[in-house]
Amino acid sequence: MAYFPHTETDIEAMLQTIGLKSIAELFAAVPEKLRSVKIPEFAPVSELELLAEIDEIRRAPENSEHSFLGAGRYDHYIPAIVPQLAGRSEFYTAYTPYQPEISQGTLTAIYEFQSMICALTGLDIANASLYDGATALAEAIGMAVSVTGRREYIVANPLHPNYREVLKTHLMPRSITEQKEITPRTAAVIFVLPDYHGLLSDWIEYLQKARMHGALFIACADPLLLSVIEPPQADIIAGEAQSLGLPQNFGGPALGYLTARKEFLRQMPGRIVGRTEDNRGGRPFVLTMQTREQHIRREKATSNICSNEALCALQAAIYMSYMGADGLQTVARLCKANTDYAKQKLGSLPGFSAEQGEHFRDFVLRCPSSAQEICNAAGAGMALDDRRLLLSVTEKNTPAQIDYLAGVLAKWKN
Amino acid sequence: MEKLIFEYSRKGRKAHTLPVAPPVKFGLPARKSLCLPEVSEIDVARHYTGLSRQNYGIDSGFYPLGSCTMKYNPKINEQIAALADFTGAHPAENPRALLKILYDTERMLCQIFGYARFTLQPAAGAHGEFTGLLLIRAYHLDRGGVKRLKILVPDAAHGTNPASCALAGFQSVTIKSLSGGGVDLEDLKQHLDDNVAGLMLTNPNTLGLFEKNILEIAELVHQAGGLLYYDGANANATMGIARPADMGFDVCHLNLHKTFSAPHGGGGPGSGPVGVVEKLAPYLPRPVIDRRDDKYFLNDNLPKSIGKVHSFYGNVGVILKAYAYLKIQGSSGLKRASELAVLNANYIKARLQDAYDFPYPQVCQHEFVISAKNFKKQHGVTALDIAKRLMDYGYHPPTVYFPLIVSECLMIEPTETESKESLDAFCEALLKIAEEIKTAPELVKSAPHNAIVGRPDEVKAVKEPDLNYFQTG
Repeated sequence: MAYFPHTETDIEAMLQTIGLKSIAELFAAVPEKLRSVKIPEFAPVSELELLAEIDEIRRAPENSEHSFLGAGRYDHYIPAIVPQLAGRSEFYTAYTPYQPEISQGTLTAIYEFQSMICALTGLDIANASLYDGATALAEAIGMAVSVTGRREYIVANPLHPNYREVLKTHLMPRSITEQKEITPRTAAVIFVLPDYHGLLSDWIEYLQKARMHGALFIACADPLLLSVIEPPQADIIAGEAQSLGLPQNFGGPALGYLTARKEFLRQMPGRIVGRTEDNRGGRPFVLTMQTREQHIRREKATSNICSNEALCALQAAIYMSYMGADGLQTVARLCKANTDYAKQKLGSLPGFSAEQGEHFRDFVLRCPSSAQEICNAAGAGMALDDRRLLLSVTEKNTPAQIDYLAGVLAKWKN
Repeated sequence: MEKLIFEYSRKGRKAHTLPVAPPVKFGLPARKSLCLPEVSEIDVARHYTGLSRQNYGIDSGFYPLGSCTMKYNPKINEQIAALADFTGAHPAENPRALLKILYDTERMLCQIFGYARFTLQPAAGAHGEFTGLLLIRAYHLDRGGVKRLKILVPDAAHGTNPASCALAGFQSVTIKSLSGGGVDLEDLKQHLDDNVAGLMLTNPNTLGLFEKNILEIAELVHQAGGLLYYDGANANATMGIARPADMGFDVCHLNLHKTFSAPHGGGGPGSGPVGVVEKLAPYLPRPVIDRRDDKYFLNDNLPKSIGKVHSFYGNVGVILKAYAYLKIQGSSGLKRASELAVLNANYIKARLQDAYDFPYPQVCQHEFVISAKNFKKQHGVTALDIAKRLMDYGYHPPTVYFPLIVSECLMIEPTETESKESLDAFCEALLKIAEEIKTAPELVKSAPHNAIVGRPDEVKAVKEPDLNYFQTG
């Protein structure tokens, strides 16, 4: 039991001011039938005991570490400055910046995030963040539906199966469905970059088809990759930005982002920060275009989102500022160099082969026997099916680690 | 005012110390130009430290934001969530420690709120609402209730309620409140028919009043074949006092970033777990975390599941903070939190009794509303003016203009972590402002005077949108 500053004397004095005799009287409006229910109890522990308990469960032998995992969450290097600055309590203990005069810190950082994420995607406008990559993509499709008045979408290349399921959960209730062919009923064509298997491929054919049928072209792209390739000429680019300075966190918090062409501003979901003027010649930042949002529009809002991932967006802004274009491009190239090396090294082992094409971080290794057994024995990667192992590297992996894995796999074959 | 990071930029300056990358091919056209700041590490440190000083958090001072439960965010929460094995865990791993913590968190929430199961997947309160509504939808569809497409929502509800209904494929129908606060039972009865899927309710409601007729409301909705949804935004008043499941709510979402002391992060990340009674458990998002003997595992085998609502398992980093809080409080500490939250709210209300108008004078729960209607009529001072003037006294303003049914509304929620002295000082400020409204209304109308910026021109922000430095800066 903690965090209560009240003394017994305080409580008595306060009750007297209120004009009541006991704390129980504060709850007189709660029906007796409810108050008399016996609620199961659990004991409080001290901070000291809690830390000891957590230490103990962390040391349990079942906590096996697994490596070369990617597929949506990546173990990138996070510079020391990033969590230290984002961890300043003026940032993390603040609420949504509804009162701009005392929230310029959060608002300015979000404006910087919007500007930098737009610089990466080459689009005009961004919102202040969404929950994660999958829900950001669902929101992007929702935008395409309101722009086109159509209710179908197609996914051009392999998308993470979890994303596909999140899209279905979020869109089916509004009868927005995934189809296989692009037709005049298609609201959005989605192209994944890189795809679920790390493959980089050209989107031009899909972009042209989308244009031909009046559908929006949505790229679900990793922002780190966009630092080194020309971004697609898309209507919306959205997805996951965990690669911009955020830890894996067992999947969350992460950072959904959404950028779009400026003509779609009115259809954008979520909060948007803008710069304006005040009554003393200053140029403050505010939450703006709020008539799109739930607290004003209620059932007619572009989305129901309220809390987003603001602190993660702030952290990404710090990361992008620290890295600059040169840093992001270096990280992307180191990832690519390690991917190339791992593919070459592991793919040339007897019985193994790496999938063709250019890959970014993730790649598929074909195995001579059960991929699941190899995955378990090597403690590496993720089995996609009987013979395919999905492996992933980042700038943190060294050639020595890749060579070590190659040694383990070579023995497996023998 | 701190300048933008872009204004620190000088060509050729850099902060990172990464090794040089070898030449590589991506097989796609190479990026022609990319404009991001070129700054040194000290620029980054000074800039974001400067920005943090232009922000107001709970650690800066009292934050009586109604319906937001801005209680103290204990530091131990941050320390535990930042442990390297937790932040470094990949979702395809099976880390026993994390699975056990998630499992135990679910069990503790089930006990306090009376539910069979919770999903921890939703990433925020509104995401929880959406998930809960999909569960209601799946339940009815499974029983052939294809016509049940109406969700009843009181006029005092949070804006997310009707917005979540629309996204979940429901039509929301507004139910009136009585003049004394609370659901109008006659209006409710008129809307109950075979097309009703459920009722969404916040209890205590957004006026800070416990819904006295809750048992009767639940019976009426259940008799009509509907389900009850509990919006847990105000759960900080009920822990250990009365459980939503016992009140008759079939589905309930909580905000771990409100009631369970996880920070708001300046707008997120949050976490919005959803609890359900036994009959709705088969529809929960997959996977759920189960335990067999001493083993914890992610169970994907839920044939009736509504599907995933998050890429992985939700905002685990936030759940860890709530776990630390639950453990340190224990069930007795949670009850104490609710009791003292309600005590604090009533204390402020009692101290302001003679200076402000309380449209609902009865004992309140964890929050209450003030109407500045008469100040506006007599002195031209609005709720927003009072809110802005509070900044000059060093406070974060309360929630304003919500709920919509109270004119010139100020909604105050002190939480249990504030001391009597802290509340007294806040009351003194509000009492002084009440005097100023009468003696120097212009001073209040032109506030804030001490903030680093004046009142922003929000109309200009909409008419001439400046949303991206590289296009307009």
